Amino acid sequence: MAMTVEQKHEGIGKYLVVYLCILALAGLQFAIAYQNITAAQMFRRMLSVALVEAGVAVMFFMHLWSEKRGFLLFVVFFTIFVLLAMQFGWTDSFRLTQCAGYCS
Amino acid sequence: MSQADLTMQGHSAGMLTDRPFAIPTKKLAMWLFIIADTMTFAACLVAYGFLRNATPDWPRPFHSILNVAMMTFILLTSSLTMLLGVQSAKAGDKAGAFRWTMITALAGIAFAVLHIREWLGLIGEGMTLFKNPWGTGLFGAAFFSVTGLHITHVIAGVIALTIVGLRYKGGRYNADDIEIVGLYWHFVDLVWMFVVPFVYLLNLAH
Repeated sequence: MAMTVEQKHEGIGKYLVVYLCILALAGLQFAIAYQNITAAQMFRRMLSVALVEAGVAVMFFMHLWSEKRGFLLFVVFFTIFVLLAMQFGWTDSFRLTQCAGYCS
Repeated sequence: MSQADLTMQGHSAGMLTDRPFAIPTKKLAMWLFIIADTMTFAACLVAYGFLRNATPDWPRPFHSILNVAMMTFILLTSSLTMLLGVQSAKAGDKAGAFRWTMITALAGIAFAVLHIREWLGLIGEGMTLFKNPWGTGLFGAAFFSVTGLHITHVIAGVIALTIVGLRYKGGRYNADDIEIVGLYWHFVDLVWMFVVPFVYLLNLAH
C-alpha cells in the first residue's frame, strides 16, 4: 500500500529511534567485553544483549510487529523450538572440559 | 455434479486463492528462507561455542576492537539506509528508493573490504584454517567458517541489492521487491549482532 509523505517522515523518525537503540545495545556489548568478569558471565550478558538487539531489529526493522499476529507467532515459535533443539550438545561440551568418561 | 463435488471445488479454489497469513507470496518465501538460514547460522555458532568451550587452549588473538566496531557501525547504519529505501519505495519516490538502495549496497562493499582486510591481517600473522601461532588449530577453522559464511551472505546481499535496485529503477520491479531484499539485508545485519560478541569480543586479548 502506498504511503503519504507525512507517513514516510513519521516512519523515519521511529526508525531513527530504533536505530539509535540498536547502536546503543551494540555499544553495550563492546563495554561488556572490557568488564573484569568470567567468560561464562560475559557470554550470558552478551547473549542477553544480542537477543534484545535481534528482537528489536526483527520486530521493527523487519516489520514483523506489523504483520498478522498468526504469522508473528509462527516465526517466533518455529525459530525458538529449533534453536532449543540445537542445544543438546552442550552437556557433552561441558563433560569434555571436565575430562569425564573417555576424555584423558 | 453432486453437492459434494461443488463443496470440494469451492474448498480447493479457496485454498488456492487465499494467501497464507495475508502477505505476498514472495515475502512469505523470503521469511521461510530467513528462518532456514537462521538455523544454518545457529548451527555454525553452536558448533563454534561447543569447540570453544571444550578446548582448553582457545586463543584470544584480538587486541583492538576498532576494526570490528567500524564494521558493526557500517552494517547497522546500512540497515537504516535500507529502511529509508523501503520507505521511499512505498511512498512512490523512485529516485530516493534507488539512491538509498545503492547507498546500502556501497555500505555492504565497505563492510566486505574491512572484513577482507582483517582476514589478510590474521593470515599475515600466521593464521590458517588448521593452525595459528596462539593455540589450538581449531580456532582458525571456526573463525573462518563463521565469518566466511557471513561475508558470503553480505556479498550475495550486495549483488541482490544492486540487481533489485536497477530493475526497480527500470520499472521491472516494484516497492514489494525492494522490501523483500530489505528483509534479507536486515537478516544479514541481525546475524552480525551474534557473530561480533561470540567470535570477536569473547576472544579479546586482555
